[in-house]
Amino acid sequence: MWTFTLKRIIHLIPILLGVSLLTFLLMALTPGDYLTTLSTNPQISPAKVQELRMKFGLDKPWYVQYLFWLKNALTGDLGYSFAYKTSATGLIIGRLWNTFLLSFFATLIAWGMAVPLGIWAAVKKNSIVDRLCGLIAFVGLSIPEVLLALLALMFAYATRWFPVGGAQSPMYDTLEPMAQLLNRLHHLILPTLVLAASELAGIMRQMRSNLLDTLRAEYVTSARAKGLSEGWVVYKHALRNAINPLLTIFGYSLAGLLSGAFIVENIMAWPGLGRLTMEAFFAKDTNLVVASIVMATTLLVIGNFIADLLLAWSDPRIRLQ
Amino acid sequence: MEPAAENPVALKPVEVQHLSPSQLFWRRLRRQRIAAIGAIILAILYVMALLAGFVAPYHFERMDRQRFFHSPTWLQFRGGKLVVPRYKQVEGSFKYAPSHSDYQPIRFFVRGDKYKWLGLVPSNLHLFGTADPVNYPVYLLGTDQYGRDIFSRLLYGSQISLSIGLIGIALSFSFGMLIGGMAGYFGGWSDNAIMRLSELLMSIPGLYLIMALRMAFPPKLSSVQMYLLIVVILSFVRWAASARVIRGMALSIRERQFVLAARSLGQSNLRVIVKHLLPNTFSYVIVAATLSIPYYILGEVVLSFLNVGIQEPDASWGIMLNAAQNPGYLTDYPWLLAPGVAIFITVLAFNFLGDGLRDAVDTKNQ
Repeated sequence: MWTFTLKRIIHLIPILLGVSLLTFLLMALTPGDYLTTLSTNPQISPAKVQELRMKFGLDKPWYVQYLFWLKNALTGDLGYSFAYKTSATGLIIGRLWNTFLLSFFATLIAWGMAVPLGIWAAVKKNSIVDRLCGLIAFVGLSIPEVLLALLALMFAYATRWFPVGGAQSPMYDTLEPMAQLLNRLHHLILPTLVLAASELAGIMRQMRSNLLDTLRAEYVTSARAKGLSEGWVVYKHALRNAINPLLTIFGYSLAGLLSGAFIVENIMAWPGLGRLTMEAFFAKDTNLVVASIVMATTLLVIGNFIADLLLAWSDPRIRLQ
Repeated sequence: MEPAAENPVALKPVEVQHLSPSQLFWRRLRRQRIAAIGAIILAILYVMALLAGFVAPYHFERMDRQRFFHSPTWLQFRGGKLVVPRYKQVEGSFKYAPSHSDYQPIRFFVRGDKYKWLGLVPSNLHLFGTADPVNYPVYLLGTDQYGRDIFSRLLYGSQISLSIGLIGIALSFSFGMLIGGMAGYFGGWSDNAIMRLSELLMSIPGLYLIMALRMAFPPKLSSVQMYLLIVVILSFVRWAASARVIRGMALSIRERQFVLAARSLGQSNLRVIVKHLLPNTFSYVIVAATLSIPYYILGEVVLSFLNVGIQEPDASWGIMLNAAQNPGYLTDYPWLLAPGVAIFITVLAFNFLGDGLRDAVDTKNQ
């Protein structure tokens, strides 16, 4: 298990290097930078712009800038945000935490509901429950997150039960610690539910078809033949084998989860990485864009790493490869 | 003498049908009711998109400055005729009340705003409308914040949404098949390099990669350039996934005897890949392509919604939904969500069709 873990960790390094190089190259291709917007401001002299350009190293070729950036990134400094006039690292950590919270709870809710529903649908194949789950899956797979998020906003606005966007109330700082926590949770509920709803359908369908596949296997027939109770057959024999492929799905679904979070954050004004990326995008703040994309990738890569570990832990065949 | 005359029952020939794999596929597909529903919905949507100028009562840029946020006009039957009532604005608000006595019949094949059939033939004939469009407009789905007819804009927008998926899969799958096929067939360092590159692309969360690519281009572009840029970006992000699967299939297909036979007949590598190897991946490609069309539709919607895709005053489902972002608008004028419903129906239809195709291709469950 340890060699497996180590191998996977070593595997992460070229990916992170490649991603940062790729985003940096793309940003270098971008027409104009933050200073071009600044230079159109008549109150700032061209000499000052030139000075800033030197200071931030924007006059150097992109690969020099990249090596410079990489050296700093390794010490935890992701560069300077032109738009926010502060270190990008500090900005990103707060946003990264928000995105993590949103994705984590959404995953928890989606899997917590999808797995039992999928099992139920598979065990009662072709029953009303199964058909209903099938219908929910189709609707859930087809409803765009944009629409779902807009509907949630509409709901919040019409009922006033939930705050309309944001991660905390304006008077957050004046609240007691306990009330602060509740306030944050209150803001978290709707975005989490929207994200979870869009994840749920795919997992449920996968769980159902996995379990149906294993229920067809010969060892299930032999378990039944030796007179085990149906519950024992399903939950002890079939289910354990049906879970494995689901762990692979877990790894794959993380990319979709982060893209989903991107949409939800931007519509529901949740201050996460996706929203920061868009803000940085419109401000032409290259450093911040590169940093957010690299951090989002890191989040995904770590998620995949955890999924791999889970898979290796549950299936010895994989760690012996 | 005919033996059948003596014993007609015993000698009736047993009907043995020899069906080719594609015939079997069509037979299985016809049994999928849900796929048929999806196909019918899509056929209707595509016809309406092709004839958008004709079916839409107005041009997508036409603004009615008297009627911002007009609610959908309810058509009624009066004296056996379909009529549209006259709406009066309630003083001091964007609310409109229908009149019970003042109405005009809906007419078919009326003259109205100019447009071009399929972008070529100029015309001003519209499927329906009224004789007096100034006082009796037909806004089936209401109007937006500029007083533009949402139904008409929806139809014009569907031209973008419905075509972007087809062009997108054509691009990404032809690219993915060629690259994946070559990687799997040749193996070696090129295979290694391609797989590492695709791994890299797939380890960046989709929308972040799309935004990074989008940022490398100027923010303002002409409509056509923007459309092409969106398709190219979305396909570029997507080709890796299909290339990896095709590569896996190519790895096993290249060991089959017919590939060996083709090679020993002296066919070139490219010919073996295109003529013999890739056709064996078609059943996967058809299903995967159908199921990935929604990705392109949603991709355009998200980009336009976030103001980095199709721009006003052009009509696209994403840019139309952008107007619905204001929660105050949403509760007062819920018809602004109509494009969202249109996206849902389209994506659902593609999922129905794709699912049916998958079951028809899959012989495991037969």
